[in-house]
Amino acid sequence: MIAVIKYNAGNVFSVLCALRRVGAECVLTDDRDTILTADKVIFPGVGEASTAMSYLREKGLDEVIKSVKSPLLGICIGLQVMCRHSEEGNVDGIGIFDTVVRRFDNSACREMKIPHMGWNTIQRLGDCWLSESFEDAYVYYVHSYYAELCSHTVATTDYITKFSASLQRDNFYATQFHPEKSGSVGEAVLKQFLAL
Amino acid sequence: MLDGTTVKGMRFLHLKEAGNPVELARIYSDAGADELVFLDINASHERRKTFVDVVRRVAENISIPFTVGGGIGSVEDVGMLLNAGADKVSINSSAIRRPELITEIAKAFGSQVCVVAIDASCRDGEWRCYLNGGRVPTAKKLYSWAKEAEDRGAGEILFTSMDHDGVKEGFALDALKKLQTFVSIPVIASGGCGTMQHFVDAFRYADAALAASVFHFGEIQIPQLKKFLKENNINVR
Repeated sequence: MIAVIKYNAGNVFSVLCALRRVGAECVLTDDRDTILTADKVIFPGVGEASTAMSYLREKGLDEVIKSVKSPLLGICIGLQVMCRHSEEGNVDGIGIFDTVVRRFDNSACREMKIPHMGWNTIQRLGDCWLSESFEDAYVYYVHSYYAELCSHTVATTDYITKFSASLQRDNFYATQFHPEKSGSVGEAVLKQFLAL
Repeated sequence: MLDGTTVKGMRFLHLKEAGNPVELARIYSDAGADELVFLDINASHERRKTFVDVVRRVAENISIPFTVGGGIGSVEDVGMLLNAGADKVSINSSAIRRPELITEIAKAFGSQVCVVAIDASCRDGEWRCYLNGGRVPTAKKLYSWAKEAEDRGAGEILFTSMDHDGVKEGFALDALKKLQTFVSIPVIASGGCGTMQHFVDAFRYADAALAASVFHFGEIQIPQLKKFLKENNINVR
């Protein structure tokens, strides 16, 4: 069973649909025991980091996420609140990934629009959980903030600057892009995560 | 869409049926479309439920982003559509009538959710915006309204030239070119696409291009189009 963490982070319906399309049985939940006993955990998110973070704290979900032992995949805002700090709402995150989340700065290149919205390619680094077939694959992005590169960065995308497209530390995985919106490539990413 | 069926007209009139939206969505998604836009062109309160059901069924069946529009007048309407699986909403008449709606949506869900659609027609050298699916002219001018929409929090502008819609002689390139100098958010070109070369032309001045007829009626196949764009040095997925 796959647990999809339920919190105030926008639309998770697309994530549930994508998981079902790749044949996964999933449940949307904020229940500690259900999350901690799931085979895999998905931590989705669309929205604003500080609002998401304060809700997670209020419900104790930040501690639950830290205690997860199964593979956990954070998506978009999920990835961002798993970092040490975010400039969005100037909030401390859960701190799994040793990096900070900054707003894109296009002051030197006005033609690079914010949010970074649309399809872009990923480049893998070293020992990346994403297989070689994902090198230069197109994935879908919608974000105004990005995680700076750090020792946990396993894939990058270049937009204004090189940022963390995917991070990994122990059983914690994350993508800044939306696999649930990235067509067949996205479904392959989800399948690869589910097969971990 | 009209009453749950896909339709396409010419200059906003003469609607022809083009099939089941859920099936078409799946076909386009599988064929490599990068994004889909659903516009409920005869939105009304009673029909809202049907539309939300269609949105939900589309979301279950495709894995690419999609935008929905038609009859959206409040943050609650947007919430309902996003919960049904839409990624963005497109507002048009309601934004002209009450521009604060743009800011309300951007605040509640982020600018990336809020696409402001503008239907405009050029009369005596001036591009004017229209309400209610092109039926009602307004005092708003295309360029200044697009800029205002951006300032109020819009994430994208979907510009449809009513003069070019369904005519298939190419997008409104001059207007697109000028629009670029007014706004710094992505502009989606819409209206007038008839050939693959028209897409190449549009990408000189627009961030994305939307077409309906040529896909609905099988005149252009998405994989061939993408190949053609690549051959013309346009970076596509």
